[in-house]
Amino acid sequence: MTAFARRFLSRPTALLGFAVFAAIVVIALAAPLLFARGPIAIVGMPLLPPGSPGLPAGSDVLGRNMMIALAYGARVSLLVGISATLCSTLVGILLGALAGYYGGLVDDLLMRVTEFFQIIPAFVLLMVLVAFLQPSLTSAIIGIALITWPNVARVVRAEFLSLRSREFVEAARTLGMRDTRIILTQILPNALPPIVVVSSMMVGNAILAESALSFLGLGDPNLLSWGSMIGGARSAMWVAWWTTTLPGLSIMITVLALNFVGDGLNDALNPRRSR
Amino acid sequence: MTLDRRAVLGAAGLLAFPAQAWAAPKGGRIINAMMFAEPAHLNYPLLNTRIMQEICGNINEALLRFDWKFKPHPNLARSFEMSPDGLTYTFHLRNDVTWHDGVKFTARDVAFSCGTMLPKVNPRSRNAFGQIASIVLPDDYTIVFKLKRPVNSFLISFMASNAPMMPAHIYEGTNFRTNPYNFKPIGTGPFKFAEWKRGEYIHLARNDHYWRPGQPGMDGIYFRVCATPEQRLVEMETGAVDIAMADDIDTVVSSRLKANPNIVTRSDAYNGTAEIMIMEANMRRWPFTDRRARAAFLHAVDREFMVKAINYGEGKVAHGPIPSTVPFYDEKALVKYPYDPARARALLDEMGCKPGQGGVRHRFGLMLVPDGGGAWTRMGHYVKQCLAEVGLDANLEAVDWPTQSRRSGNWEFDVDTNSYGEYGDPAIGTSRFYLSSNIRKGVPLTNLQGYSNPEVDRLFAQAALAVEPAEAQACYSKLQHILTYDVAMLWMFERYPLFFHNKRLKNVITGPNGPADGLGAVTLA
Repeated sequence: MTAFARRFLSRPTALLGFAVFAAIVVIALAAPLLFARGPIAIVGMPLLPPGSPGLPAGSDVLGRNMMIALAYGARVSLLVGISATLCSTLVGILLGALAGYYGGLVDDLLMRVTEFFQIIPAFVLLMVLVAFLQPSLTSAIIGIALITWPNVARVVRAEFLSLRSREFVEAARTLGMRDTRIILTQILPNALPPIVVVSSMMVGNAILAESALSFLGLGDPNLLSWGSMIGGARSAMWVAWWTTTLPGLSIMITVLALNFVGDGLNDALNPRRSR
Repeated sequence: MTLDRRAVLGAAGLLAFPAQAWAAPKGGRIINAMMFAEPAHLNYPLLNTRIMQEICGNINEALLRFDWKFKPHPNLARSFEMSPDGLTYTFHLRNDVTWHDGVKFTARDVAFSCGTMLPKVNPRSRNAFGQIASIVLPDDYTIVFKLKRPVNSFLISFMASNAPMMPAHIYEGTNFRTNPYNFKPIGTGPFKFAEWKRGEYIHLARNDHYWRPGQPGMDGIYFRVCATPEQRLVEMETGAVDIAMADDIDTVVSSRLKANPNIVTRSDAYNGTAEIMIMEANMRRWPFTDRRARAAFLHAVDREFMVKAINYGEGKVAHGPIPSTVPFYDEKALVKYPYDPARARALLDEMGCKPGQGGVRHRFGLMLVPDGGGAWTRMGHYVKQCLAEVGLDANLEAVDWPTQSRRSGNWEFDVDTNSYGEYGDPAIGTSRFYLSSNIRKGVPLTNLQGYSNPEVDRLFAQAALAVEPAEAQACYSKLQHILTYDVAMLWMFERYPLFFHNKRLKNVITGPNGPADGLGAVTLA
């Protein structure tokens, strides 16, 4: 594990990504302690530029403090990104493992289901799902999980396909281990590295998907997220650059940081690619 | 009502059509205007929305024209008189008017429009024209309406957007919804339909045989499809487009155009529509069953700030059911609910709506409309914030258009956001929201709240039938008192949509009907 940490931290981009991501997590967690009044409180006239008294990031189209909105927006983005990824990873592992381990009819059946989700344009499916479930944080998480699990499932299936006939698995089978135990204790730990890499990238994609949903007005209207901030301020772009630029930058920095972390993890977990 | 506009905006936002590259020739004697979305057809009374009024107002005209004080003036009618009992109206028509296809415009067209087509397809015409007992045509250019009972909004029903004249020789005996002329309309107006290039523009050409001397002042109008708000702003600023109507420009950026020396800003172009932004409380559900809860709602919201900040000053607080810009408004009759959170809390305490856990008195849904973050959504967000201060927890509900109409029509809401236009007379635009006879499940834009007061029903009926204006005024004054005392609606503010035009044009807005009166008088400045 220390070798892994050393390999990960020796990459400057991975280190930077990790530091930025950690900082965003801290801001998200600390937001309610720093700003007790919450992001939707109207504090003054709308569209005041950054640097106005008490408004380091200016105010938005409704006269809300952009600084607070950005901090609370991080909570929404991270919550959706991480929860949706956890859900889709769990579903993906379960279905991918079953398909890869058992093969045959089970594999055929599960892979056809996976393909069914893959052939529908993902974002259109997401919009329909969220509109159907009523826009809310939960429906965004469920929707994003539903459109992303096939990626995990396919990776897990591929890993299981190649691992299931290895000697150590055969040995475990000869010892009389049950299938569930083989899957959970023998194959899964060995299949984890690619899953971790895929999942770390998926957090970023989930954040982007949530932002796009909120931009279109399909996010939770009671919460301010970075996407809904951009969507709501879109028409003010010409008179108040900060209302769209700052949340846009926040999304970009977060997703970039997560991609750096993902790349770092990929290199660190893949011995063949490490220098 | 601008429901359709917002519906299309929402849809356009989702589909995000790329900007059109096409541009009409700039400058010259052509007027360039914009459409946020294309209408389904150009049959004016069949789809009486704001964008239709703006386009078809140039094609189909009305018998009368109204000045800034809503006094009637001759248009297609040379003169008109009313019998003392208010039961007979006689119109003498101009005899020099022809339809765009060369056929003479006669009293037969008026009889067909007012007697058959308008009451059948145009909801706002039914109130007045539904009371017609008989129509007599003494000659080709005279028409006499005999009414079942007096209707004092009868004359204002001849305002352009309420009663466009339609050609009998084209529509009589046909299916109004499928008539091929819905796509190449025929009218008597200063501009005639020339070409419709789907997805790009609608072109109206000059009517060389127009009856009004010296008009039209320009050679034609192009209405270009311009789907995104950012694009519309740039088109105006560069001068590629001469006119931006109603909600073409979001109030958030209107300051940019107002400061532009090449652009004229008008805030009175929609006085005739007189739109009030409202929230409707479902009075079947506690606590909104109680007038004190509704009064507390109004006391809790700083509507002055709402106008100043949320709508960037383009409007005025609405204290009652009748907008302050139209006849019958009576400020003295109103019971007002100024911003006073302490009073709001006291009223809620008094009615037993007490703070529970976390200081929350009551949690309810506040249904938004999908206007893409526009004035209605901003109003909802602001109200949520204000109500939280007095312990009312409004949960904002984002819905799509079909859901919005279904839920509001079927009364499946606690509070919703909406707006209504008054259209010149309370009997046309206002009473439909308060009459108990208009509590019609499944029909949007009716009395959705379930407000019912027999005295209000009686006064609206009396006012609509009053022959003397003073009698109608007395009824409407009493109504404004009762309705504001009852808090029969959560009135937010009167919205004055801005109209912009390039300085190179003049005589663009000539009355309270704004661009719906057509652009015949426009000339180069």
